[in-house]
Order: sequence, then structure tokens, then C-alpha cells
Amino acid sequence: MVAPDGQPTERIWGANCIMIKLSINGITTDVDVDPDTPLLWVLREWVGMTGTKYGCGIAQCGACTVHLDGVASRSCSIPVGSVGNAKITTIEGLSSDGLSHPVQIAWLQHDVPQCGYCQSGQIMAAAALLRTNPKPSDADIDEAITNICRCGTYQRIREAVHTAASLAGKA
Amino acid sequence: MSNRIPLGRRSFLGTVAAIGGGFALGWGIPAREASAQAGGQEVGIWVEISPDDTTVVRIARSEMGQGTLTGLAQLVADELDCDWKFVQAAYVSPEMNLARKRAWGDMSTGGSRGIRGSVDYVRKGGAAARAMLIEAAAQRWGVPAAECSAANSVITHAPSKRTIRYGEVAAAAGQLPVPTDVTLKTPAQWTLIGKGVKRLDTVDKLSGKQIFAIDVKLPDMLNAAIAQCPVFGGTLQSFDADKIKAMPGVRHVVAVGEDAVAVVADKWYHAKTALAALPIVWNEGAGATVDSAQIDALLKTGLDANQAALGQRHGDIEAGLAGAARKIEAVYGSPYLAHATMEPMNCTALVKDGKVEIWVASQNGDASLAAAAEAAGVKLADVKVTKLHLGGGFGRRGNQDYTRQAVLIAKQVPGRPIKLIWSREEDTRHDFYRPITQCKLTAGLDAAGNVVALHARLSGQSILAYLAPQRMENGVDKAAFQSWTEEEFGYRTIPNLLIDHAVRNTHVPVGFWRGVNTNQNAIYMECFVDELAHAAGKDPLDFRRSMLTQSPKHLAVLNAAAAKAGWGTPTPPGVFRGICQNMGYGSYTAAVAEVSVSPKGVLKIHRIVAATDPGNVVNPQQVAAQVEGSFVFGLSAVLFGAVTIDKGRAVEGNFDTYPVMRLADMPKVETVIAPSGGFWGGVGEPTIAVAGPAVLNAIFAATGKRIRTLPLRQHDLSSA
Repeated sequence: MVAPDGQPTERIWGANCIMIKLSINGITTDVDVDPDTPLLWVLREWVGMTGTKYGCGIAQCGACTVHLDGVASRSCSIPVGSVGNAKITTIEGLSSDGLSHPVQIAWLQHDVPQCGYCQSGQIMAAAALLRTNPKPSDADIDEAITNICRCGTYQRIREAVHTAASLAGKA
Repeated sequence: MSNRIPLGRRSFLGTVAAIGGGFALGWGIPAREASAQAGGQEVGIWVEISPDDTTVVRIARSEMGQGTLTGLAQLVADELDCDWKFVQAAYVSPEMNLARKRAWGDMSTGGSRGIRGSVDYVRKGGAAARAMLIEAAAQRWGVPAAECSAANSVITHAPSKRTIRYGEVAAAAGQLPVPTDVTLKTPAQWTLIGKGVKRLDTVDKLSGKQIFAIDVKLPDMLNAAIAQCPVFGGTLQSFDADKIKAMPGVRHVVAVGEDAVAVVADKWYHAKTALAALPIVWNEGAGATVDSAQIDALLKTGLDANQAALGQRHGDIEAGLAGAARKIEAVYGSPYLAHATMEPMNCTALVKDGKVEIWVASQNGDASLAAAAEAAGVKLADVKVTKLHLGGGFGRRGNQDYTRQAVLIAKQVPGRPIKLIWSREEDTRHDFYRPITQCKLTAGLDAAGNVVALHARLSGQSILAYLAPQRMENGVDKAAFQSWTEEEFGYRTIPNLLIDHAVRNTHVPVGFWRGVNTNQNAIYMECFVDELAHAAGKDPLDFRRSMLTQSPKHLAVLNAAAAKAGWGTPTPPGVFRGICQNMGYGSYTAAVAEVSVSPKGVLKIHRIVAATDPGNVVNPQQVAAQVEGSFVFGLSAVLFGAVTIDKGRAVEGNFDTYPVMRLADMPKVETVIAPSGGFWGGVGEPTIAVAGPAVLNAIFAATGKRIRTLPLRQHDLSSA
């Protein structure tokens, strides 16, 4: 038997497994999984997309942030069975080349990442904010982006969000 | 070489390339293979140059966010006189370092030594490669090398107006002997050192393509979750694997060393879920009755103990205090802290046919290799290590406990790669914590308010006693006195000084935590000096200046911070300033904080001005990034951080109980880089030390409340 990610396995996944249809970055994917499994682990271990990170598992740190129908969501605490028809966007699908979303352009311009581990989540949180609030104030940014960065890139994140807002405004 | 273990490096790289692409390809490939694959020619040991001029600079240290990869490449590239646009970086693999007799030196990445500890030999490596390229060009043209010059990856023979690219002569240059008597450039000749070039490792961090160790995927890989004895020093007695064997995905349940058990499953989510249901019996051991109150009481016994390890003494402290017009005393304390790297501890290991291969994020590749060999019981030469960028290090990943565990598990499942990932809770509860310490400070002031005597008595845990007892010197942990050594301690005008340390160890593991002992020592000293200034009725800046007259570099950064902050000028209503300075890791730092505290006690940090003198600056952009980040790290500790002990174990487990700073807490940080030249100081750590005291002193200015125990969130700042 072969698991959904192509890895061989001798074992059935479990009695509770069902086939779940997910729309990930515009592609419909069938996953055979227990519906209680957090979306984070389905993305990382079943689908094989590792850009979305595990940091805490309790929706505290935001490293696992993805978009569900454009809304920033902490995938570590969302059972995959509850996703339904929502369109999932991960960091891999934010832009076609991984560089051209205004947030990515701004992040590069400000050299935001240090270790980079939290940055997928930070970028997804920033992109979701700009979608609903194209010209956020510092206070808006503070309120919307609650993701943890231990290296301490917050100052550059704040500056880069403003840059991204002006880039998006010009586009 | 790649056939030695059937799961070859090439197949791994193929996997990485498929997911990550581009830049990741260079990582850890032994030179000959890398050259064969990329067409790069080794020129000396530090660079590989391809026919298209692509220049790969080899990096022995580890990139964990601090920018060392870019900075080290700048150092090499400057001496090499290559065009920066051609530069890439690749890790030297630990097995290559081992096989070639540690040609690349120390791989350990800590103590803010990445740049300052390698600066001479990596620059010499760049200069040697440049000389070899010029010699190769000169030989091809049949002219003296002295008539040739090099710039931007092009060699020019001015008399004949001929030029040739590095890529065209690299193959010939690589066959020449490596010169050892190269002359390094003077600072005036630097073209890349001092330039704020962009980091080399950003692009893949924007798209999710960067492969961290936790992201490694290998054919036939299984995943492991681990539970370690919650009480430090306890052991595993038994577990009932039958209870979880039928759970989804579970393959194996194995003991890991003396003190842990792991579930190996198809997916890590399966392993973690099954582990939570596994009945485990621990031998909790002697530590099981210890709690934070007992540790606090233990440390208090050190504050006045007769026996203490000497840090520094001059003059006559007893007479100085006895003869003082006023005596001032205060006791400070700081708790255990977890590193809380964003990427939890993890390591992937494959044990097969007497060989071991690991994929790891490590602050010390050599140590990872050694730990894997020891755990597997194989020779060092039978280990391969793929280093991946760290999702945070902060000192935690200098320890190899997780590497050892991954190999111990993989040994029990031979032939299949095992990826061990710690849960966040395991990560927080099984750290090598920043040591708990207290400090009693006693000072004597004369009638004019000058400090005539100062005694700083530390009491608390010793990192070296726990991690490296062989480095203790007659019971003295010299690292405990960081920032307070004769070289570092700026207040040299104090005529009678005693700094000592009553070592009080517990069963709680301690280790190096970014900034290490400079952090709490600077808080103790700089907040106490602030107390003395107020007691003397003097301005905190002027008071410090008067004590730094024999420490011009300390004084200069203090003045730089004060000037930029506008010390002495009016602040907005309700906003108050605090100031401090420190020296550590070879660099001088100072900071001014501007804060307000609402009547209800809500603290807002409006602005930070930070000055740093690291001697020479490699990349001012990255220095600024480290300074900004240092305030997040330092203030997270001061505002929120505490690991408490109950029943012998760490209580806090995740970010809900171990909060850290978030964006909303982030003040505007203005960085003043004031390099005085002539030395190479560290950058990743020294500024953390001034984050706390600047803010705490500002809080005193705002509220009259002197915070002496941390974290701040345990205190009520309200005035209502």
C-alpha cells in the first residue's frame, strides 16, 4: 500500500480515515486522513508541503498561518475535517514565483528574515491584513500580526508591511 | 562516497532540489562532489569558482539568523576581490572538516564568535585564492604576477592591457600551491567589509522553500515523538507499548537512553498522538521534591556566605565600605529562562550497515558528528552530517541531546531514516536553561556622592559546572563574571571593588542562552548604578560618565546613545528615560529607553536608542538587525520570561505560559553604529545586556518603583 504522499506503508491509516477533498493553492487534492488531524500536519505530512511551520500546536505563535478563503488562520488548530470547501492558500501558493507578491517584494527589500522559520507565517499574516486593510496604520499592524518571532524582526516587519501597502497601491 | 550508504546524499539533494531548488543545492556537499556537480574548482580551501565566475564561499559556522553566512562571505570575497554578484555560500560538511584535519577550523557557533573568531583565517583564505588566481593568469600570459592586479573577478595585466576572468583561470589556479604568507588588506582598502549588502539567504525564506531540519523528507522515513522524564535527572522505568501499538501509523515504541521513550510512526502527528496515550512509569529520582521556593532559599544562602569564588578584587572592600559616608544595598534576581527557538529541537538520523547519517540544525557541526558517532557506537569517519539552517539557536543548539536521541532511536530501526521532532512542550521543559541567579550589591558613597566601594556578590547556578566541569578553575566559573572582568568592567574609578560568586547548583540543567551571563549581570549592575546615582542626587548619565573616565570606549558609546536620544532634553508628557552601558563579547554597548506607565500600570516602551562599538563592522545592515532583535530577545526576558520549578520539573510548557514579545510590544529601535576600529567585537549578543536595564531604569524614572526581580509581569506598576 502506498500512502497519499507516495511513501510506502504496511498499515491502514486508521478506522476514522475518510477521503477529504481540499483546495490547496488552487489545486484540488484528495487526502485520506482522520478528519480530526490538524490542517498543519495534513499539509506537512500528507500533502508534503513544508513551508507552513510547526511552532507551538496551540495557535499561539502563528508559524502555521495559512489563508482560508483569504483569512489568516492558524492551521495547527484547525481540524482538516472542518475546512470544508474553503480555499486554502499556503506560503507556496502566495505568488506563482514565490517572490512577486507585494509582501514578498517588501520583505526582500527590507531584508526582514533572520532565521526565517517564522517568516512563512508572518508573510501570510501580513498578506491577509493587506487584503482587508490596504493602508494599515502601525496600530492596525500591531493588532493584526500577532505571530511570534524570536529573532526579533518585528521592526522590519512593520516597515515592510507599509512598503508592501504602497507597492500594492501602485500596482 | 555517496554510494557508501544506499540512501545517498545525491538522492537527498534530489529531494531537496525538487522542493527547495537553487541555493539549497550547495549545502554540505563534499568539495569534490560539489565541484563535479556545479563545475566549481576549489581554489584554496575557502572558495570554489566555476567557469561562469560563480564563486562559492565555504562556511564552517552555522547560520541561525544572525547573518554570519553573509558576513563571512563578505570577509572572504573582499580579500578575493571578486564581484559580489557571483557570490554564493555553502556549508563545509563536518565529515569533510574531519577528513581534512579540521582545515576549516572551529565549527562551533556561539559566543558571538562567528565573525570575530574566524576573521583572520577566512580573510587569509580569500587572499590566498586571489594570489593563486593572479599567479595562474600570470603563468598563462608569461608575465610576472607582480604586474597583474585583480578586481571584480577580473585579472588585469596593465602593461599589455590584457584581462581574464576568474572563471577562466580557476581550474589552473586550483592546481597551484596555496600560499601562506599572504598580506591582508588595510581597512582603507576594504571594498565589501563595511558594506550593507543584502543577506545571501533571504529568497528561500520568503516562499517556504527554505528547508529546515524539521522539513527534511527522505524515502522510507519514519517520524518519532519523544517523552523525556519530566523530572530532571530521573529515568525511564517502564512503558506499556501494547496499549498504543494498534493506534494509527504506529510502528515502534522504543526506550531512548536512560531517560526517554519514543513512538516511531508513519507521520509525526501519529507518533505524537500515540505518545500522549502511552502509559509511562518514571523513576523521578532525587530531584522530584525540588521547587522554585527551595531554589530561591538556596540562592539566598549564597548572598552572605563566607565562601565565594573570586571574580575581581582591588583596593580594600571592607575598609572602603566601613569608611563610606553612606552605604547602599540591594538584592536582585532573575529566573530560569528557556531558549524557545521557533523551530523545536529535531534531528533526522539513518543508521545502516555500521554507518550513520544525520540531518541536523546545529550550532556545532563537529559536535553533532561526534554525538552521532558516540550514540551509534561507530567511528567518527563513519558519520555523515548534513547541516541545515537553524530555525533559531540562541545557544540551545550547541547541545547535542536531540542529535544523540535521534541516533539512539534510528539504531533501533536500522535502515530507515527517523525524524525525531520534539513537541513545543518537550522543548520548553527539557532545555538547558539560562541559570537562575541572585545578586547582592553593596556600595559605599562618600559625602560628595562618589562611589568609594562596591561589592557585587552573585549567588546561583554555574553553567560550566553543569556543561563543562573540566573548564571550572578551582571551583571558579569564570563565565559567571561576564561583563565584570577587568577587561570588560568599565567603572575602573571605583577604588575598592569586590566581585565574587557563591556557586549554588541545583538539579536543573543550565546552559548558554544568547547573551549568557552578561544579560543578568548588566541588569544587576546598571540598575544598581542607577540606584546609586539617584541616592547621590546626580543625573544617571553624568554619574556614569564620572565613573568611566578611565574607560574611553565605554564612555564613547554611552555618549553616542545619550546624544542621539537627546538625553537631558524634554520628553513628551508622561514619557521618561532610562540609560545604561555595558561591555561584553568584545563590544561596547549603551542604550536609552523612553517609556510611559499608565496609572493602571500599563507599560509602553516608546523608543529605544542603542549604540554599539564592535570595533570593525562587516555589514552595518546586519548589525542593525542584530541590535533590533537583541531588544526583542532581551525585553522578552525582562518583561515576561520565567521558567519555574515544581515537583522537580519545569512548569511552563508553551507560549501561553511562557510568553514572549510580539509585534505590538516592539518599540522603535534606533541603532547607532559607532565603530572605533582596530578590533573585532561580537554583534549577535552584546546588545541584549543593555535592553533590560535601560527599560527598568526608565520605569523607575516614570514610577519611582525599582524592579529588582524578574520578570516585570509579576510586578504591579500601577499608581492608582
